[in-house]
Amino acid sequence: MRAGSEAVETDSLAELPREESTVEATALTELPSGRAFLKPHRLVLIAIAAVIVFCAIWFLRWDWLPQYAGALVAGVGVTLAMLASTSILGFCLAVPIGLVQVTGPWWLRLPARGFCTVIRGTPLLLQLWLLYYGLGSLFPQFPEIRQSFLWPYLREAWPYGVAALTISFAAYEGEVMRGAFAGVPPGELEAARAYGMSRWKLFRRIWLPRAVHRALPTLNGETVLQLKSTPLVATITVIDAYAVISKVRQVTYLTYEPLLLLALIYLVLTALLVAGFRYFENRIPNRSA
Amino acid sequence: MAADMINWGLLALDPPGWGGVLLGGLMNSVKIALGGYSLGLVLGTFGAFGKLYGGPVTRDLMEVYTTLVRAVPELVLILLLYYAGTDLLNRVSAALGYGSVDISGLAAGIFVIGVVQGAYSTEVLRGAILAVPPGQIEAARAFGMSPLMILRRVTLPAMLPHALPGLSNLWLIATKDTALLAVVGFSELTLVTRQAAGTTKAYMLFFCAAGVLYLLLTLVSNLVIRLIEARARRGWAALR
Repeated sequence: MRAGSEAVETDSLAELPREESTVEATALTELPSGRAFLKPHRLVLIAIAAVIVFCAIWFLRWDWLPQYAGALVAGVGVTLAMLASTSILGFCLAVPIGLVQVTGPWWLRLPARGFCTVIRGTPLLLQLWLLYYGLGSLFPQFPEIRQSFLWPYLREAWPYGVAALTISFAAYEGEVMRGAFAGVPPGELEAARAYGMSRWKLFRRIWLPRAVHRALPTLNGETVLQLKSTPLVATITVIDAYAVISKVRQVTYLTYEPLLLLALIYLVLTALLVAGFRYFENRIPNRSA
Repeated sequence: MAADMINWGLLALDPPGWGGVLLGGLMNSVKIALGGYSLGLVLGTFGAFGKLYGGPVTRDLMEVYTTLVRAVPELVLILLLYYAGTDLLNRVSAALGYGSVDISGLAAGIFVIGVVQGAYSTEVLRGAILAVPPGQIEAARAFGMSPLMILRRVTLPAMLPHALPGLSNLWLIATKDTALLAVVGFSELTLVTRQAAGTTKAYMLFFCAAGVLYLLLTLVSNLVIRLIEARARRGWAALR
């Protein structure tokens, strides 16, 4: 944590606590390593866990599973599509939002900061319902929108889900990118300027890559948090993995089985995501001492 | 034109308006957030100390707890804990011969938010305790202090400034997580907002009003957090 920049930044009242301080506490970002994992007491624990899993498979009801397997796979696909599209779109928005807060004029800096504060200060579920029920009820009143080519999409639920998740990711990650842009050593930027690089070239070659590199560990956590936010879109009738499981629960009246399977699905997805990030992080050369 | 379309009377505090209902929902949200956050802090303190100083089995069990909570969406955890928790409690009381018990939504909500927050604060507190120079704790041990006295006099006060940024963020997360209880039908702010909006068809007005209430809660909390941080760091001025 950089003490100097922190003292400057805490002046503004609308400044919420730093996002970086809890990302790793609220999102899984590391997997257990293979070495030193198997110890004597762990063998006992694993045996107990195996017995519990066996009991869960043997005594609980799983006969509904084959019937819904296809829908479940499609639902997981929707979840992953939501995650990928909103993370990429949100990151593209987060870069300018972070940048203008560091270097922009006040008429760009203040709206960007206000955007981050408002989005980070209200629950995602409320934002989602505001877009879906609020905007969704306003749009039909305007004949221009009803006749535009967008109307067939605006009558569906998923564009509102994508919009809400993208805005949310942009706000949280924009906050992280602001810290990352501010944290690039000024000497590197001065050196680039001394080489006669234009402002755009400096940004493209030095500032952005260095900032993204600094933000990578947090980006991992933010993506896991985004995965954990995706089931909310089921509340506005998008059929993702969570919605399929809700359907199973309504039809079969089972309490435990569908929810346990859903938790397992998200656990596996999170593990895959973390493993993927670790693979890419290892491929990026890290020469900073 | 827009001013004519908005019927501000709907936000009046008295029954034709829904303002009182919204404020009641906000009170419920704050109650759950306070209760869940406090429960989470207690669980987190035990969790952090278990993870740092416990035996190998305790450590692994804590690791499983924090891993599961950090990898599974809050919404799924809330459903699982809410339905499975009430179901288990009912079965236990039926087995003991008390018949089915009626669990209040408030208690269930606090329990659910508390278990989730417990895992998050375990991680925050563990990191903060690790940031305390080990020499300070060793010195306390060398003076013959009992573990409880070390906790009270050295570890907790010394780690607090390190833990505050994380803990204050967790408080904001707790206030926002209460909105998820709308999905299990607890009448906190988000759910009553949706009911008000659905009844009156004034969706934009009510969702924006609820957003303002949440934002006010966040900003007021932020103000209090500033004061607490300034006090906890009063000895740090020279360090900066």
